[in-house]
Amino acid sequence: MNKETPITLLDKPNSYVGRTLSRDAAKRAVAGRGRYTDDIMPARTLHAAFVRSPYGHAKILSIDVDAAKQQPGVALVMTGAELAEMCTGPWVGTLVCFDGMKSEPQHPMAIDRACWQGEPVVMVVASSRAEAEDAAELVTVEYEELPVVIDKETALDKDTPVIHPNLGDNLAFEKTIESGDVEKAVADADIVIEDTFTFGRHTAVSLEPRALLAEYDPGTERLTIHTSSQCPHMIQTVFARTLGVPEHNVRIVAPDVGGSFGLKIHTFGDEVAATAAAIKLARPVKFVADRLESFATDIHARENRVSGRIAVTKEGIITSMDIDVRSGAGAYSQYPRTSVFEANQILNITGGPYAHENYRAKTQVVYLNKVPTSQYRAVGHPIGNSVGESLVDQAAAACGIDPMEIRRRNVMHDDSYPRVSAAGIEMRDLSHQQCLETLVERMGYDALLEEQAEYRKKGIQRGIGIAAFIKGTAPGPAGYYGAGGAPISSQDSCTIKLEPSGGVICMVGVTDQGQGVDTVMGQIAAATLGVPMESVRVIEGDTDAVPYGGGTYASRATAIGGEATYQAAMTLRAEILEIAGVLLQAEPDTLDIVDGHVVDKGDTASRISLAEIGRIGHFQVAELPNHIQHTLSATHRFRLKDALYIFTNGIQGAYVEVDTDTGFIKLLNHWVIEDCGRVINPQLADEQVRGGCVQGLGGALYEECVYDAAGQLQNATLADYLTPMAGEMPDIEVAHIQTHTGVSELGAKGVGESGTGAAPAVVMNAVNDAIRPFGGKVTAQPMSPETILKALGKV
Amino acid sequence: MSEATLEISLTVNGEAVTKTVPVRQHLVDFLRTELGLTGSHLGCEHGVCGACSVRVDDAVVRGCLMLAVQADGAEVVTVEGLTETGEIADLQKNFVERNAMQCGYCTPGMLITASELLREPKPVSREEIRGHLSGNFCRCTGYHAIVDAVETTINNRLEEG
Amino acid sequence: MKAPKFDYIKAESRSHALELLDQLGEDGRILAGGQSLMPTLNMRLSQPGTLIDINKVSDLSGITLEDGVVHIGAMTRHVEVATSPIVAKHLPLIAEAMKHVAHHAVRNRGTIGGSVALADPAAEMPACILALGATLVVESINGRREIAADDYFKGLYETAREPNELLVEILIPSKKTGEVSVFLELAQRHGDFAMAGLACVARVSNKTFEELRLVYFGSEDRPTIGTGAIAAVIGQTCSDECKEAAAIALANDLDPMTNLQGSAAMKLHLQKVLTGRALDTAVERAEAT
Repeated sequence: MNKETPITLLDKPNSYVGRTLSRDAAKRAVAGRGRYTDDIMPARTLHAAFVRSPYGHAKILSIDVDAAKQQPGVALVMTGAELAEMCTGPWVGTLVCFDGMKSEPQHPMAIDRACWQGEPVVMVVASSRAEAEDAAELVTVEYEELPVVIDKETALDKDTPVIHPNLGDNLAFEKTIESGDVEKAVADADIVIEDTFTFGRHTAVSLEPRALLAEYDPGTERLTIHTSSQCPHMIQTVFARTLGVPEHNVRIVAPDVGGSFGLKIHTFGDEVAATAAAIKLARPVKFVADRLESFATDIHARENRVSGRIAVTKEGIITSMDIDVRSGAGAYSQYPRTSVFEANQILNITGGPYAHENYRAKTQVVYLNKVPTSQYRAVGHPIGNSVGESLVDQAAAACGIDPMEIRRRNVMHDDSYPRVSAAGIEMRDLSHQQCLETLVERMGYDALLEEQAEYRKKGIQRGIGIAAFIKGTAPGPAGYYGAGGAPISSQDSCTIKLEPSGGVICMVGVTDQGQGVDTVMGQIAAATLGVPMESVRVIEGDTDAVPYGGGTYASRATAIGGEATYQAAMTLRAEILEIAGVLLQAEPDTLDIVDGHVVDKGDTASRISLAEIGRIGHFQVAELPNHIQHTLSATHRFRLKDALYIFTNGIQGAYVEVDTDTGFIKLLNHWVIEDCGRVINPQLADEQVRGGCVQGLGGALYEECVYDAAGQLQNATLADYLTPMAGEMPDIEVAHIQTHTGVSELGAKGVGESGTGAAPAVVMNAVNDAIRPFGGKVTAQPMSPETILKALGKV
Repeated sequence: MSEATLEISLTVNGEAVTKTVPVRQHLVDFLRTELGLTGSHLGCEHGVCGACSVRVDDAVVRGCLMLAVQADGAEVVTVEGLTETGEIADLQKNFVERNAMQCGYCTPGMLITASELLREPKPVSREEIRGHLSGNFCRCTGYHAIVDAVETTINNRLEEG
Repeated sequence: MKAPKFDYIKAESRSHALELLDQLGEDGRILAGGQSLMPTLNMRLSQPGTLIDINKVSDLSGITLEDGVVHIGAMTRHVEVATSPIVAKHLPLIAEAMKHVAHHAVRNRGTIGGSVALADPAAEMPACILALGATLVVESINGRREIAADDYFKGLYETAREPNELLVEILIPSKKTGEVSVFLELAQRHGDFAMAGLACVARVSNKTFEELRLVYFGSEDRPTIGTGAIAAVIGQTCSDECKEAAAIALANDLDPMTNLQGSAAMKLHLQKVLTGRALDTAVERAEAT
């Protein structure tokens, strides 16, 4: 722990903060008592199904819905044009913070033209999903196929068709950042390495698909939407604006969310359509994407090609890096978060752990006739880390330096903060050196090298990979979303209340999707107030109940929402002690709260219980002097000041075996050392890292949305889009270095994406370490057997 | 073509049930929408993810790959039933303590699949546990914690004889 | 997605099923374990008029050994095959292959007959029964017919079974004295369909292949006998040269399909690798007995 961190209430002996506690949601989950959106079944619920474009790009010539309307159970058939009449206008997925960015206005359902296979064209609403699908099969849409743009490399070529003629070309956004003098560094370098890397298109594959249940009461004009979402307030604002319903009349409830990973921070046209149907019919309307729809409509991510270059001295000191990123978006920029963050993050973080001062990074993001892309767990980081860390490894090999040693020589020093990275981003409170030495110890690095050499003698090719990383978490208001014009809050809030029973209600804007956000908030509140964990109930995921907040995205819940909860609890604590002081005729600062009782500081004997304060404070108010206008509640909001993000750091290690005859990779061991600042619940933090890692490993080894030349998604089933399963994944050893962030009193940074961000990099480095003696090198992900065999020249 | 229906009688979690169902309805839709047993989940409806796993006549099956009408006369047990009988109370407790789930959507299927390993527990390696669970997709945990929880439960049962 | 509308009839007996098949013609589909059919229904990729459910037909399942032949009823579920002592002892190739068949819950429901009737080119059981020279028994209202496995697989999901015929039983010669078998499969994840795979049955003496059957699956449109590779190896002593000769010959035996799992070239390469490994393992196993 950082020695300069002041001892706070959270650091007390037996504090709930820093302790592993089980989640209430887990107790429900194991009993089958989870309550997900599709589990909610109001009477008279109707079900929506969609007719979707079978083409990557096509003009819609005519739509005939007459037969569908005659089908049993059908309540409504709605076209894109009809839906548009109920909407205030199309979405435009641009942000002003992305200078020069452009996107075509997008309607919730296609009207004249479909721009990707899977774009909704007609909605059918019926008594059951099966009946809605029966009727949807009878909708006749006449299309005229248009040429598709599928290859990002040629998307800007002169003879490539332009998807949206109004935009002039297929360029969504371009950007260059530059610091120092890259060309001079390259000219002066002893060794320069250049390489090109490609990354497959992924999608989130939350096990619970997107789901929404909309209910509208025409009398009160109130709209209630239960939806599997990470960001209820953002959904509230977007749906209110899109459908012209006053925002305060819209209630969004996110019940249990069955996995999200960034997918569920977005808004989708089919969800707007189902909500419009609920308004039009004044009946509950449910839409649950099936798995095929999920693949063809959930946001995609990661499709990038990066050309990179590193310059080093012969001692292995990095003098410059530069990258050129071609990023393949979809047919529209996803509203409201855009489709350019991935590329932007690659620019921000590539080579981020290192102290070089010369850096140039440029990107062009191009439109393709594919599913729109946007934020998916660890946005950009798997790509930037894979590129940067592979270049560092290749430089190490060229210099004849051990991969661990070259990182030791180049990482930013733990005592060098605050500082600005070569990408121009402020870095503070990081611990690359400490993480690296911890990894050396945890891996048993030297012994592992010996073991590897022994296996080589037996003809078994094992590889050791190392990848250092930084991770942007908990974005601040000065950077992107809010500043860019999106209705997305970068602050978050907590309202905390003392109940008459002495129990505590804690209402937070951040949301839980199984990470344990509610448990963590409860731990912070209980520790700060000095009450038993059992007496705190955390409410999240309901816009009618909680103060406005951004929700959970970009590893922000604990860092931002946790600090808001801490501060709110501090305020309530002060008020409780003030009341206690009056009642006990003691100075508040001589009192403390322990286990739900006010005590004299340093003592444990109860002087008055919080239940008694709750009783008096709510029912016997006459016992308190008039000058105490207490509320027994407090609201606090927290946001970063100037920082773009709270950056975290860490390093991963991997040990793999490559079958050089078949190209199959076996994952043997995996280590993650990371610094998320103060750890609130060690088990939950570990599990975020482990789960995140495996998500990254999926991308490294298996996952890719494959399109053919006509823009048809080839593998839109779980049998064909391969996700990591238990049989092939390794155990993962996790350790935390806890350098508290100085931007909050809590000191917590984000942890949810640290596993994902560097797992592909470290496994790619391990694979390359295994096959390097054979002259093989892999720079394409996923690293399928064929990719490996090609790298080895065997196919 | 009109909707074909059939009356079926079966036992669900020990309770006798008679219902008329569309013949095309799969078992999990029946359990969820007709009986309100929402513990069994749908993740893909093509037999890959395992979220819909239920026990039919003492064997774990994919609930989405079986029609409800095929369960006529069968004994069906869902996670709710396993919870009521206490058969896997130790496994459930270990799942909670080890945080062997995050979003919880895969959990009922994982538990039912893992319960097969517990019926006549014998020493198993982590690799064998992983193999046994390899048809159940979890996007959250990375599986390590799930393997831990199952391993702990088996070992405890073996120790307790 | 939900299944389209269809009719459903539970066959009460084998003859009932055959009558239904005959009456319904192309409109009828047999529902056995359903582990392949149900996904296609749930994705609306198939639209049968009527499903004929044979799950309750009691005399279609079971495993017996009669006169050196293992009889496996078509409705015998994978789990029964996988745990059968008869299979373990007399059909070690199938016992070894079962470890690669899908997942626990799918094995509990899926049937050997369903797998063979569907003839998925990447499935394990079709390759095994071809390698073991099995005989398939089909019945229709017109009577019973036996089809040699060699004559059964006709193409991608195409077999010699007529639409009005029901696969009722598979007859598999039990392992002969001195015979060894090897089953190898490459799939990226546990239980996935094969990228490449090989079912090998051999008699080996002093490292020399006296009898050999190599059946490839996962790469071709159907399980395929490696005729040239067998010819290159038979009578030869296992060596690098012999394995290389088999690999060269294999290029003429196989015509791999390019698909999402990889190119034809990669699949041919993998089958060559598996051939070498299978031959080595066959020799090892022969020597161990």
